[in-house]
Amino acid sequence: MVRRPRCRGNSIVFGFHYRLERKSIWFVVAIVFVASIGGLVEIAPLFTIDQTVEKAPDMRVYTPLELAGRDIYTREGCYACHSQMIRTLRDEVERYGPYSLAVESQYDHPMLWGSKRTGPDLARIGGKYSDEWHVAHLDNPRHVVAKSIMPAYGWLKRTPLRTEDLGRRLRAQRKVGVPYTDAMIAQAAADALAQTEPDSPGAEGLLQRYGEATQVRAFDGIPGTLTEMDALVAYLQILGRLTDLAHQVEAGTRQ
Amino acid sequence: MIAQLTSSERQTALLLCAATMALGLVMLIAGLDNPFGIHGALVMACAFAVMLVVIAGYFAPEPSPTRLRQYYDDPSKVGVVLAMAWVVFGLFVGDWVAWLLVYPDLTFDAGWASFGRIRPVHTTSVIFGFGGNALIATSFYVVQRTCSARLADQVSPWFVLLGYNLFCLVAITGYMMGVTQSKEYAEPEWYADIWLVIVWVTYFVLYMRTLARRREPHIYVANWYYLAFILVVAVLHIVNGLAVPVSFGEARSYSAFSGVQDAMVQWWYGHNAVAFFLTSGFLGMLYYFLPKRAGRPIFSYRLSIISFWGITFFYMWAGSHHLHYTALPQWVQTLGMTFSLMLLVPSWASAGNALATLNGAWNKVRDDATLRFMMVAAVYYGITTFEGSFMAIRPVNSLSHYTDWTIGHVHAGALGWVAMISFGSIYAMVPWLWRSQAMYSARLVEVHFWLAVAGTIIYVMAMWNSGVVQGLMWRTYNESNTLAFSFLDSMVAMRPYYIARAVGGLLFLIGAAVGSYNIWKTLQMAAQSRYRTQADQPEAELDGAAAALPGE
Amino acid sequence: MTHDLLVWFAKSYGLFYLIGMSVAVLAYVLWPANKKTFDDAAGSVLHEEDKPWR
Repeated sequence: MVRRPRCRGNSIVFGFHYRLERKSIWFVVAIVFVASIGGLVEIAPLFTIDQTVEKAPDMRVYTPLELAGRDIYTREGCYACHSQMIRTLRDEVERYGPYSLAVESQYDHPMLWGSKRTGPDLARIGGKYSDEWHVAHLDNPRHVVAKSIMPAYGWLKRTPLRTEDLGRRLRAQRKVGVPYTDAMIAQAAADALAQTEPDSPGAEGLLQRYGEATQVRAFDGIPGTLTEMDALVAYLQILGRLTDLAHQVEAGTRQ
Repeated sequence: MIAQLTSSERQTALLLCAATMALGLVMLIAGLDNPFGIHGALVMACAFAVMLVVIAGYFAPEPSPTRLRQYYDDPSKVGVVLAMAWVVFGLFVGDWVAWLLVYPDLTFDAGWASFGRIRPVHTTSVIFGFGGNALIATSFYVVQRTCSARLADQVSPWFVLLGYNLFCLVAITGYMMGVTQSKEYAEPEWYADIWLVIVWVTYFVLYMRTLARRREPHIYVANWYYLAFILVVAVLHIVNGLAVPVSFGEARSYSAFSGVQDAMVQWWYGHNAVAFFLTSGFLGMLYYFLPKRAGRPIFSYRLSIISFWGITFFYMWAGSHHLHYTALPQWVQTLGMTFSLMLLVPSWASAGNALATLNGAWNKVRDDATLRFMMVAAVYYGITTFEGSFMAIRPVNSLSHYTDWTIGHVHAGALGWVAMISFGSIYAMVPWLWRSQAMYSARLVEVHFWLAVAGTIIYVMAMWNSGVVQGLMWRTYNESNTLAFSFLDSMVAMRPYYIARAVGGLLFLIGAAVGSYNIWKTLQMAAQSRYRTQADQPEAELDGAAAALPGE
Repeated sequence: MTHDLLVWFAKSYGLFYLIGMSVAVLAYVLWPANKKTFDDAAGSVLHEEDKPWR
């Protein structure tokens, strides 16, 4: 494989590096070794040090409808303009609410912290505005906020939500570590519909599985049909409300 | 081009096309009801197109054995053309995206044209489409010259180049259909990621086999940088791309990591994509084409080696500076900031080394726009790395993060450094590749240079201003100690800067279009002169001439 | 693993590693016998020798 050199290396004294270059595979090993250290030291401990993620007993997983909404959020690339990470800075806490905790995105595969705020942070947008506001705003942001530069997402209202793959989506989420139960996976498609139908028999089961605080209503304002708008608004309305820990931490620091 | 392949190589090529088509068919059947199937059809169509090209040249006579006494440059030639096509497309989309922030209704009420979907089309087209093709084309060129060795074989370079472009195509069409992992600069879904791994391993093996054919025991430093680029990008890509697909017939997958760990992995990847894709590989370009074009050896070869190990070691720690003041543990943030500051040393060593090389050749820099492209690239490299270290300091980052300042910084690097060094290298390489005396028009290179410089300055200045204004507005308090501006106030204040940015981007785009035209005319010119020589000379003499003047 | 353990490890072995690597690189770069290799390499790109060596 390695051909005879035309001139003998003059670095025989420094035999180690001479070989390193002759057999370029050792050079490759050296590059990979030198380059891996930083990543290993910074990333591996994040999985093993317990203090990295807080414990929040009330933390719940996304319902199938909210997960579908989250998938629409990623599909449309919303993270390109909206962060979901409130930093530990006074002005951010006053503008958006208590700073974000690691546990709040514990079940976010992938995380959507974002890196740019062309629009405002959305980490605690849940409950700040009504469903009607969100629907009108997504339909055409300029109907609600005249100077907005956000794209209009009018077709969300017109597009029926695909639910037949929700069970598979939940199962894939379980494979990467989100604690969905067998019942949640089996009922995923039905639960998505049930979350838009209050007082239906399906809604009972949904509340049993995901907790009494789960928001059940026709998010897009039209009962009986399940659209992508339902899913996205359901997701936006749960942002920052999966656990109450951040508010408790804030109250604790104030005292 | 097919005439250069032996008949057994032509058969291998056909086999590869057939295998890729079969793969596409499997994808099509498995994913009939979702974008996965559409991508299957796209893969089939691309493989079929390549197959047609191979078939069209299949019965050409066997290539002469003298070809082995020349460098194999056909893949580099195609790579240059593809790089220029991607840059014009990518810059066009980029400028469109920029105008979307001024006129948000330019989306035609269609999902595929909204900001969130075409922004990654822009980033992927310019970073991976343009940057990647420029890197592959120049790395093939440089490794052969610096090792005095022909590429180790003739089929795998094509697989690397075309397979890589298929990856880019699948990626951008995916975004427009809403197929994305939503990891920044790593948006393509699991199947595109796996395909890229196959392509990349082939690239690595080819590069190593070619290095093994070298004459001198010492490997020229440009190859170190190219090799680090190939190796580390593979590591980053594989780790960051770990995901579980919803099913093997669906496009969607979920990242193996979540929350804080995912954020760290993502920015470990993201920042090192900057380091090893957008820096290391392009430094490889710089260390070959700059001395070559200036006609002077690199100022300090030793310094280039020190910077190499410095960059390879320090960069890997810096990613966490993207996560200052977040839920990431503070010790990681501090490490990221510290190493980002140390990183300035090897970065400035590289930039200084490049500029010192030009010391004594300033008259050439004055007269030759191609060399000036490279000089400006080195200057921007110095500016951007300084700015990067500066922005990694926590208090500075508290102002700059989430604002347009980041965008300005990225574009100072992308337009000022990456694109300028690529254009310089391509303008140097095109006449050498196609054996023409010079570019079709030196004046058009000059025009391109000034459009690129003006565009970059306008763009970067606009974003610096908007970023600082935005950051300050967010944290301004009034007398009653409450926030002075609503978010909307800060957004409305950005409008003039967004217009300026779009204009700067437009200038840069026009420059790239001028460059493409110039390169196209150079190819035509070269083809005509080759046609004339062939008409003048009898067959046998041509063979001898080719051996004396190799490289085709 | 705890945070303290990591800090201890970084402050001891990490430091040795960093110094060791710098010394190795500097020794290689400044080793007198390597000067000719580097000078040859730096000059090699300028030679107009536009074909493979074999």
